[in-house]
Parts: sequence; structure tokens; C-alpha cells
Amino acid sequence: MSKALLYDATMCIGCKQCEGACAQQNNLRYDDAVAAESVQSEHKYTVVMTKAVNKEDKFMRRLCMHCEHPACASVCPVGAFHKTKDGPVVYDVWKCIGCRYCMVACPFAQPKYEWGSLNPRVRKCIMCPDRVSVGKPTACAEICPTGATKFGDRDDLIREAKERIRQNPGVYLNRIYGLNEVGGTCVLILSSMNVEEYGYPASAKIGETPMPEYTGRVMERIPDFIPVWSLVLGGIYWISHRREEVAAAEAEEHEHKQHPNGGAR
Amino acid sequence: MKIKLTFWKMVFLGIMALGLYSSFIRYFRGLGAVSNMTDQFPWGLWIGFDCLCGVMLAAGGFCMVGAVYLFNVERLHSVVRPAVLTAFLGYILFIVGLLFDLGRPWYIWHQLIYMNPHSVMFEVGMCVMTYTTVLFFEFLPNVLERFNWKTPIKWINKIYPVLIVLGILLSTLHQSSLGSLYLIMPSKLHPFWYTPALPFLFFGSAVAVGLAMTIFESTQSAKAFGRHLERPVLVTLGGALLIALWVNALLRFEDYFHRGLLRQIIQPSYEAYFLWLELALTFVIPIGMLSFKKVRLSPQLLYLASISTVLGFITNRLNIALIGFETYVGHHYVPKWTEFSITLMIIAMGFALFGVAVKYLPIFPEENHAAEMRVPIETNAVLSTPVFTHAGD
Repeated sequence: MSKALLYDATMCIGCKQCEGACAQQNNLRYDDAVAAESVQSEHKYTVVMTKAVNKEDKFMRRLCMHCEHPACASVCPVGAFHKTKDGPVVYDVWKCIGCRYCMVACPFAQPKYEWGSLNPRVRKCIMCPDRVSVGKPTACAEICPTGATKFGDRDDLIREAKERIRQNPGVYLNRIYGLNEVGGTCVLILSSMNVEEYGYPASAKIGETPMPEYTGRVMERIPDFIPVWSLVLGGIYWISHRREEVAAAEAEEHEHKQHPNGGAR
Repeated sequence: MKIKLTFWKMVFLGIMALGLYSSFIRYFRGLGAVSNMTDQFPWGLWIGFDCLCGVMLAAGGFCMVGAVYLFNVERLHSVVRPAVLTAFLGYILFIVGLLFDLGRPWYIWHQLIYMNPHSVMFEVGMCVMTYTTVLFFEFLPNVLERFNWKTPIKWINKIYPVLIVLGILLSTLHQSSLGSLYLIMPSKLHPFWYTPALPFLFFGSAVAVGLAMTIFESTQSAKAFGRHLERPVLVTLGGALLIALWVNALLRFEDYFHRGLLRQIIQPSYEAYFLWLELALTFVIPIGMLSFKKVRLSPQLLYLASISTVLGFITNRLNIALIGFETYVGHHYVPKWTEFSITLMIIAMGFALFGVAVKYLPIFPEENHAAEMRVPIETNAVLSTPVFTHAGD
């Protein structure tokens, strides 16, 4: 059973304790300066964004979506990313060669890079795999004072999210972001505002097809393509050189007829 | 040995000095200091030019090997060796470029042990590695002949059919897979360039550029080394280039037609300007020129048509790698001067190594002045011709 996070933006009070807990969990510096940063970076895996609507502050969190079919894991040439059975998409730094294909491929632009480092790593939220694997909630969910970020089984959280929308249709938009986007994600978002206004990619744009399928359609042809194409190329080679051999043999024969007694030179 | 300092040698040394300075910044200050790449633009000029264009520019190798050894086009025999040399150098320099771009180049060998067969990048990496080995063996006879080692040449001749088939197979795979790399970015890459047909377009452009590069290279070497040009070779290549360009143009048209973009691509927009530039250089100018028989028979004009083709497809790949992402990202990416200088250094190394190889190895067939159908080429140096000539001094 895959674990997930449900973030309900209407319950969020923008206290940013999740940012602090995340930093502590991942041994990152966290002070007023970092707290003031409103974008994710290699030293800030999650961010709480604020938008004033009718003089009322509306909040939205951003973090790695932990896709059910992660693009980063499928594109990495050395398999430095993988999805654990609990749900988190984790990163094995010792494998990484630094090609940054994960960063280009991620539809949510989540992987960030240590551009200033001489041995740079890719950085992103890894959904506290050590905690999750022993049944504990992620650091951000544990510290959240209002329950805006809730940890649980993905199916349970989806059921709960639907129930919240049903009970308060005036408060929520009728959508759970992450339910089907790119084949489903392990971060689910409920909100009264469209997440796109906070920089999330539009659902219509990223679609519901799991990202690995786009390249998979081509990659799965390769095992068949190799023997077939080799045979074709080998065949062409054989035919064109066979023709040459035949021509040479015929020429010799021709010569032989002209000089029946002489033989070859 | 007396070392003469010519103008072009000074330029070469200047490029190398700046390149070395930039390399120092790269390895002692990091990628952030040496480039304008950011989290929004993780792939910059080095992937766009050194990798995507570099591999395309080296396509002449497999095109000529295929034409001569697979299809028995005997006329082209004299250009196989220079084309294989260019390809071999091209792939080596591609790997050099990769060592600058990778964040942790010292782990590049991880590719061999932590394999991920689902990754297009993994496939490209394996193909490039194997193909460079194949090119090494295709190139080796040059060295062996130079030292007159007959036995190993015999061995290589025995496996030559395998090398040829393997080389073309690997080229088909990775030339097209460079396009497949971008298939996973449907929401990021601009629709002018994102298409499920990317692998086909990349392979098609590689063949066209392979032919154009061979024309360019033959003419350029003729100028640089004072050799005579074989007109039948160029005429054959020019005709093939025209066909390849038509096929490419048709593919592009079909793609835009089926995705319903024909109306959009003629409306002015930031991306459209770059697309027009690309289409003019790749199709309008060279196809227009090559449609005239007079052009196909004139080495000078063929040379110009091939330059237009090469520049056009370079624009195409830079559009895919850089321009096509700007709308998604929301700002422009302009490479830092240090990024340019490293790319320039790699190109200069290519020219110099080509010069050295031609000087010491039997790359070009022995000049036979008795042969008919030769055209002298005027020595109006359009590009950095003397770099070739003196690089080996």
C-alpha cells in the first residue's frame, strides 16, 4: 500500500513549520533568510507560498509530487532514482553522474542542483523514506499544527479528500490535483484556488499519461529493431558484394574463353 | 624545428588559452561559476551544441561507410577515410564535451555497472561508447598502414563487414535516440519542436548533415592542403544531399500538417522567428540552390549549399535544446562567455587534430595528376583554412 501526503490549502495558516521541520530532517540550514525565500532550491526542498486574494492570504505548498510513475527514475541512465514500495521517490547520490536529465524530464521541475559544488548532487524532497518505512509520518506532516498536510495511505487520503469536497463544495474547487496527473502522484492537493496560480503545471498540459510511457514507446521497440536492422544491413552488404563477386567471376570466365590456352595471365 | 607563428596559429593559441582558463573555472569553481545554467535551464550550450550538434556533425562517417561498403558506390571511395576520421574525432570530442558538462564526470563509468535500460540516455551512452570503439577500428588501418604493419590490417579486413554493419546499426540507434531524449518533455518543449516524430527527424537530419559535412570537408581540405577536388564525388554527394533534404522537408511538413500547426508556424512569434531561420537555412536555401543543375555541377556553389545545410540543422538542434524551452521557463538563457570558450576550444582541438592526422597518416589517397575530371579549387579562404595546414607544424 502506497503512502501519500494530502495537502489541504484551505487549512494551511502559512506558519512554515513544515519548511523548518523539512530542513531539520534533511540537515539543511534554516533561518529567517531561508524562511523568506519563496522558491524551492537545493537548500529548500519545500516552500509555502502566499498569495493575497481580497486582502486575505491564501497559501500553497510545493514539494516533490512523488509520482506513481516517476519520470526522473525512468530517465536516469544509472538508475540513481527509484520509487520505494512505500511511495517515496528516493535518490542514491553515489550512483549519480550529474547528467541532469532528471531535472529536464521532471514535469513538476522538482529536482534542483548544487550548482556551486565541485561534486554536485541533485536535491529534492525524498518524502522522509526512513520515517515512512517504519510507519512514521513525514517530518512536515508530523509538525503541521492544523493538519493541512496529512500523511496516510494514498487510497484513504483520496477517499477523505473526496469526502471533504462533498461536505464543503463551496470551499473547495472540485478537483484533487495529483489524483490522475501524469498517472497519479503521492502528493494530493485540495484547494479553493487553482494550483496553477502558484506555478504548478496545468493538468491539461501535463496530461494523465505516465511520463515514462513517452520514451518507453520508443525504447520497447529497440530489442526488436536491433536484430531486424542488423539482418537488413547484413543482407544489403551480402547482396552488393555478391554482385561484385559474380561480376569478377564472369569477367574471369569471359577472359578464359578469349584465351582458352593461356589461363590467367 | 622552426615554429612559425601565423595569424591562424595565434587565433588557435588564443582560443586554447581562454579555453584552459574556463576549464580551470569549471573544475575548481563549479558548473554554477562557469555557466549560466540554472535549475530552470539545467541543459545549456554544451548539451545543445557539443552533444546534439557534435554527434550530428560526425554523421558523415556512417553515411560514407554505408554508401561505399554497403551500397558499393565506388565513386565515393576517396572520401571514406576523411569522413571516418572526422567521425572518430567528433565522437572523442563529444566525450570530452561530456566531461565538462557532467556534474560528476569522474563517475562516468557508472553507466557500465548501474544500468537503467529504460533510460534513453543510457542507450545513447552505450551506443556512443560502442560506436567510438567501432570507429577506432575503422580508423586504425590508417595508422597500421603508416607503419606498414600488414598482419593486423589483415585481421581488421577480416572483421570489416562486421564493423560496417555494427557501425551503421549503432549510428541509426543513437542518432535517432538523441531525439528520443526529448520525448519525455511534452509539457516543456515548444510544440514547434516537440513531436513524437523526433527520433525520425533526428536520424533524417543526421543523414543530410553527414552528406553536407562530407562536401564541406572535401572542399575545405582541398583548399587547405592544395589538393585537387574530384568533381564526380561532389556531384554524387550533391545529388544525394538534395534527396535527403527533400525527405527531411517532407517529414517536417507532414509532422506540422498532422499536428495542425501549419497556420501557427507562419504567424510571427518569438519561436517562429527562430523556426523561420532554421527552415530557410535547412530547406529553402539549399533545396533552392541544388535544384539547379548548374549548382550541382559547381564545387563552389555546392560548398555554399552544404554550409547552409549544416548551419540550418545546427540552428534546428539549438532551437530544440535551448530556444524551445524559453517560453516554458519564462526567461532567456544566454550562455556565459566561458561556456562559449570551452565549446570553441573543443572545436579548435578538432580542427588541429584533423590537421595532424592528415599530415602524418594516409587519410587522403595519393594524388594522381594523370586522372581526368579534376577541377582546381580557387583558394578563397572562407573559413579558418590555415588552421588545417599548419596545425601539425
